[in-house]
Amino acid sequence: MARSIEKCPTGIPGLDEITGGGLPRGRPTLVCGGPGCGKTLLSMEFLVHGIEQFEEKGVYVTFEESPEELAANSASLGHDLDRLVAQKTLAIDYVHIDRSEIEETGEYNLEGLFIRLGLAIDAIGARRVVLDTIESLFTSLGSPFIVRAEIRRLFRWLKEKGVTAIITGERGETTLTRQGLEEYVSDCVIVLDHRLEGDISTRRLRVLKYRGSMHGTNAYPFIIDEQGISVMPITSLGLDHPASTDQVPTGIAGLDAMLAGKGYYRGSTVLISGTAGTGKTTIAASFADGCCRRQERVLYFCFEESREQIIRNMRSVGLDLAQWVDRGLLRFHTARSTLHGLEMHLAMIIRGVREFRPQAVVLDPITTFGLIGRSAETKAMLVRLVDYLKTNQITTILNSLTVGGQPLESSEAGISSLADTWLMLRDVESSGERNSLMYVLKSRGLAHSNQVREFLITDRGIQLMDVYVGPGGVLSGAARLAQEAREEAEHRARQQEIERLKLDVERKRKVMETQVEALHAQFEAEEAEILRAIKDAEAKQEHLRQDREKMALKRQAKVTP
Amino acid sequence: MKETKKSTSAGTDNKGGTYKLRLYVTGQTPNCITALTNLKKICEDHLKGKYQIEVIDLLENPQLAAGDQILAIPTLVRKLPPPLKKIIGNLSNTERVLVGLDLVPGR
Repeated sequence: MARSIEKCPTGIPGLDEITGGGLPRGRPTLVCGGPGCGKTLLSMEFLVHGIEQFEEKGVYVTFEESPEELAANSASLGHDLDRLVAQKTLAIDYVHIDRSEIEETGEYNLEGLFIRLGLAIDAIGARRVVLDTIESLFTSLGSPFIVRAEIRRLFRWLKEKGVTAIITGERGETTLTRQGLEEYVSDCVIVLDHRLEGDISTRRLRVLKYRGSMHGTNAYPFIIDEQGISVMPITSLGLDHPASTDQVPTGIAGLDAMLAGKGYYRGSTVLISGTAGTGKTTIAASFADGCCRRQERVLYFCFEESREQIIRNMRSVGLDLAQWVDRGLLRFHTARSTLHGLEMHLAMIIRGVREFRPQAVVLDPITTFGLIGRSAETKAMLVRLVDYLKTNQITTILNSLTVGGQPLESSEAGISSLADTWLMLRDVESSGERNSLMYVLKSRGLAHSNQVREFLITDRGIQLMDVYVGPGGVLSGAARLAQEAREEAEHRARQQEIERLKLDVERKRKVMETQVEALHAQFEAEEAEILRAIKDAEAKQEHLRQDREKMALKRQAKVTP
Repeated sequence: MKETKKSTSAGTDNKGGTYKLRLYVTGQTPNCITALTNLKKICEDHLKGKYQIEVIDLLENPQLAAGDQILAIPTLVRKLPPPLKKIIGNLSNTERVLVGLDLVPGR
């Protein structure tokens, strides 16, 4: 019969995701690990969540801690066990055997334990049972054969009862548990451990086996804090996050213009890198301010400055972040990077995001993680973080401090591929001053400006200016102002020259016209003269012809034959 | 307070003190029957006239198991004289039972 195993949700964030819904219902699960790794806590959370979220009552059989100790420990995590016991939703049975007052004489079984457990289960109608730690039976009772046989019988009995059980076990030297409990509990085994890496400890949880069910196989980091356990199943995310075409303004008008006029894509990852003091935090804060103005929530993680420090500093550039904090739109989360391990940081960030459900997240700066992990680990952690945030369509600003002297692009090869938009801030030193330049190194899917812009941090926020490219490189700051003045002067000079030339040509035209007129008059005078001369000549010609005729008439005989 | 004082004197040699013994069983299983038989015999042999046996069947009174921290069945509990003693098993090793009841010096 192809029927998948029914799951019993633990209510522990993350664990249900790894196990595909929870522990196998109606079966025992072994939770093992070294001392102080959180076995008791995980078991107790399983019961308390069962009662509070899934209306399943629980029985806690403790072999080590007294009910008072248990209640005190759980109170620190906000669980009021006494109240649950009074409500009859939780039963705690303290099974305690003092080896010194016990003598063994002959055969026995552990029916007494069965009866007590059965009574507790039936009295409140429990669906969940925790046995913590049943292995103490081996130390309190002298006959391991009997204990072994009885534990085997107990697990079978628990299955018959149909309760979902957690059995805890202390980690052994070579085996998962000291007494090899894993031989008896074959349905689901969860291993907790507590690893130290460079003096920073990380708790991890691994589902070693889960018969008949798919499960995540990695060692997942988990955290224990005042809200209990959270497991972070964030290793194997695919690249199937949605891609929004929606754009969110950057909070800086000039920068919006550089990014196709509208800003970053929603849910994209923006890397802002630059050397110290180039204004990364200000750009990130401007974005946060802009988001809050649109009533969007922003979660700001700072690893180097305190919340008050950032609020004070941003006030000096005209950003009043305190108002957004007061209205609950902006939340700061400050922690020194060296406080936790990488996994813990990741877990804290993701927990913060789950709680606050922001539209945007700022991490300032991410390079600080390099202090606590090897670069490959740091990158892996950031990849998982970015994937998580992208899947949730959260726009993310990663501030990255670059070390002076290195080529900017190469020093960040590790993380740049994560970024959809990469803003590069650069200091330019010229004419005895430092100025900040910004350019969009890349922006996936956006027709972005290729221009290098100078930006000024003014008391009214960030303003982007055009820069001048001169023979010695880009001009900025005072040099830019000088260049502007020079260009203005040149412009004025050219304007005057044009005016002058225009007048010149006008004058020339007048001269020319006068000359033309004079020539014209002279020509007319000469023409009249010539016409008169022509007339005279013609008249003389006529006169001569008439004279010759008259003479011919007189010499008729001689001339005409 | 009084009892505690008595117990220290009775602990070393308990002449005159009554042994109040309680045997926890679960129905009529072979081990339980054996234990009760063994117990009666030991008491007759060593504590004649100054013992009291109470048999508690946990199948009938399961709620009584937690009070004396009963896990193993059968379990014999020496309620008096103090200190409380527990002997688990079918009491087939008389020597050990006597040690457990402080009737002979310990190992």
